[in-house]
Amino acid sequence: MVRLEPRRQHSQAMVYLSPVLAILMTLVVGGIIFAFMGKNPFDALYTFFILPINNSYGISELFVKATPLVIIAVGLAMGFRANVWNIGAEGQLTMGAIFGGGLALYFHDSESVLLLPAMFVLGALGGAFWGAIPALLRTRFNANEILTSLMLTYVATLFLSFLVHGPWRNPEGFNFPESRPFPDAGLLPIIFEGSRVHLGTAVAVFVVIAGWLLLSKSVIGFQLRVVGKAPQAARHVGFRQKRMVWFTLLLGGALAGLAGLFEVSGPIGQLQPSISPGYGFTAIIVAFLGRLHPVGILFGGLIMALTYLGGELAQITLGLPNAVTGLFQGILLFFLLASDVLTKYRIRFGSIAAKGRTA
Amino acid sequence: MGVATVTSTTGEAGANTVKGAGGPAQLEVRGVTKAFPGCLANDDISFRIEPGEIHALLGENGAGKSTLVKIIYGVLQADEGELIWEGKPVTIASPHDAREMGIGLVFQHFSLFETMTVLENIALAMNDVRDMDALRKQVLEVEKTYGLPLDPDRHVYTLSVGERQRIEIVRCLLQNPKLLILDEPTSVLTPQEVEKLFETLRRLADEGCAILYISHKLHEVKALCQKATVLRGGKVVGGCDPREETAKSMAEMMIGQKLTAPDRGKSREFGDVRLAVSNLSLESDEQFGTDLKGINLEVRGGEIMGVAGVAGNGQNELFRALAGETEQQAAPDSIKIDGKSVAHFGPRRRRRLGATFVPEERNGHGAVPDMSLSENGFLTAFRRMALSARGLIREVPTKSFADNIIKTFDVRTTGSGAEAGSLSGGNLQKFIVGREILQDPGVLVISQPTWGVDAGAASAIHQALLDLAAKGTAVLVISQDLDEIYAICDSVVVMAEGKMSKPRPMADVSIEEIGLLMGGLHDLEGNATPANNTQLEGGRVGQA
Repeated sequence: MVRLEPRRQHSQAMVYLSPVLAILMTLVVGGIIFAFMGKNPFDALYTFFILPINNSYGISELFVKATPLVIIAVGLAMGFRANVWNIGAEGQLTMGAIFGGGLALYFHDSESVLLLPAMFVLGALGGAFWGAIPALLRTRFNANEILTSLMLTYVATLFLSFLVHGPWRNPEGFNFPESRPFPDAGLLPIIFEGSRVHLGTAVAVFVVIAGWLLLSKSVIGFQLRVVGKAPQAARHVGFRQKRMVWFTLLLGGALAGLAGLFEVSGPIGQLQPSISPGYGFTAIIVAFLGRLHPVGILFGGLIMALTYLGGELAQITLGLPNAVTGLFQGILLFFLLASDVLTKYRIRFGSIAAKGRTA
Repeated sequence: MGVATVTSTTGEAGANTVKGAGGPAQLEVRGVTKAFPGCLANDDISFRIEPGEIHALLGENGAGKSTLVKIIYGVLQADEGELIWEGKPVTIASPHDAREMGIGLVFQHFSLFETMTVLENIALAMNDVRDMDALRKQVLEVEKTYGLPLDPDRHVYTLSVGERQRIEIVRCLLQNPKLLILDEPTSVLTPQEVEKLFETLRRLADEGCAILYISHKLHEVKALCQKATVLRGGKVVGGCDPREETAKSMAEMMIGQKLTAPDRGKSREFGDVRLAVSNLSLESDEQFGTDLKGINLEVRGGEIMGVAGVAGNGQNELFRALAGETEQQAAPDSIKIDGKSVAHFGPRRRRRLGATFVPEERNGHGAVPDMSLSENGFLTAFRRMALSARGLIREVPTKSFADNIIKTFDVRTTGSGAEAGSLSGGNLQKFIVGREILQDPGVLVISQPTWGVDAGAASAIHQALLDLAAKGTAVLVISQDLDEIYAICDSVVVMAEGKMSKPRPMADVSIEEIGLLMGGLHDLEGNATPANNTQLEGGRVGQA
């Protein structure tokens, strides 16, 4: 018989091992699914996870995809640490793209070096604004931020769709639902020649370091952790939960907005109806995969970026549907949450005589 | 002198008092051993309880009492050893089995549904109930027989704690138990309620029911029990007849060393009023909480004032109001620290004025269990001890503050990096109390300072509070433990139903009076003649 036995102290080793375990389990289950679909599981896994990064271009693409994931996930992790469940990063990303991108469209003739920094600011503000709505609803009316932030995502994407179909449509664009291309002054500089790796990737690394400092070295990061781990202790010492709700939703929104702006002023270069393959949602998985720790998130972001690349390649070379990407991401989150049980419990094999029925 | 000689509890000792002696014991525990990861909770424990015997199980927190009770009640299984029930070895696989055999258990913490009636709660705990009317009759009969008045149709949330305990006891009695186990039953009762409970238990024992009584209140054990088994560190370290021991000698058996009474120093001079509460009324934040009604008190520098009362009479609400944790604000000027009105201040501004607070619950309220001791030191002290600068945590002073607490208050731990949750209750409490005392507070409000704490740690905490007061701090101790209040307080107030009695010097208030006040007889203090004068003759109540 197999049973779970509580550990006396949380296992630090398992905190780090459980993502590895989850990834292994995902590979096994993924292989089985490929086999059922009539593909050779080893070929398929190779195509999915190795082929995308066996050349330098592939690796640079990995950074491009990981950039928004990491930036958003660091912001979300702050909230998750404080039990603020912002599920609407996708919407905040979209609003950031609209605000920052809108500025680029308004100054579409500009050659000013100030345009790009101004777009950064506006992008962050747009995301923060979209995060402020659930914060207000939560602190004033006690509305659950999981629902409000999620629903606002759809508002944001439809708003973007309305803009690019209507008022912001490119007048020279043959009626395609797209905006004008951004002026050069509104495009992110490329860091590595010949790739698409842009300034945003450097910002992502900076965000990781700043996030780590904030979380583990600052008083406000300390407050976040106390509010999340022991709300009553937080109240006892006067760390106000409402302040943390505001802080994390504004910060998470701003970072998601910034990530959205980086997408439209980097790889995309204009506003389109769809600017993200679900980065805002995938970042939730990245945050947990990285143990809500900024440095862990850096690795988690790279792994999840790989599923995007692998999914695209599997579509092209194996003829698998794009849904396979989502499937892998889902399985990974599932196993991650499941294997987390092992940080608090250990598995024991063998039976015990007449295990008591619980009262 | 005081220390009892160790006698075997498995032999015939105590037979003089017990009717069933000679026949098989009601329950005999033989060599029971139970290990948990990293600790041997029960180590070869043996003792026996005769029918009709009231047997005390003594021991400090962590001595293994609860584990043993769980094994007897079928919640846990022993690794080794056996249980002999009426002369036959038995396996008790579950609490269901235990109840079938005739073992009843009254928990320390009640498991009752507040919004359901007494009868419904009783029905829920029975193994099978077919007929509610029949059950009602049974309940009323048991209540009559054992003097446990209780209306079966009352909703639980309207009942006092003592009445709630009666539900638990009636539940057990309905099963016609042959062995009744009570785990710290009196911690929530007034002295008068305790006496009533003892009458019931004595009547039960007279009818041949064996009773296993678990308590750390030694004078109660002395008054009630005929035999005692003392556990320490998971082992039986001795047995005695409590009637022939003193509370002190039994305490010394429990902790395995001599006990020193706290040194109260010379009679102290009190300074100015440092904590003043006037006409404080506040609705409880909680659904079944107790509203505070017109609380008045003043604590002077150097004074330790005790707040006595049965749990749930507004003490938690008072603590939260003083610490600034409540959602609602108290009326302006209703709370003053060193003359400054703080009613509209949050906890941080109150602390800045020199007030510190220790809540009753350690894990999750006074400390964050899965943060390190360093971080837990930082938690309340970062402003006063300047442990942060420019919004960042200053690592070195933070660590040395925690190290200082650990050293000064003899906290047993692997170091300041250890998680708070890994400490034993007593050690964590020493850490928390030490954290507040080392901030050199002008006012300290402390709730249940030694709740669930071993005797060694408790006496260290008491001494620390006395020393703190001697330096001129005003200390308010909220405690359900009257012994504690008598041991360290200069004056006492009693809370009942959210109201507070007038402060009285400890020296001229008797335990009976406190008991009456705990029962809610605040009228005693008024000018009017109390309605039931006869109750008062024992005590020295009155300013009449």
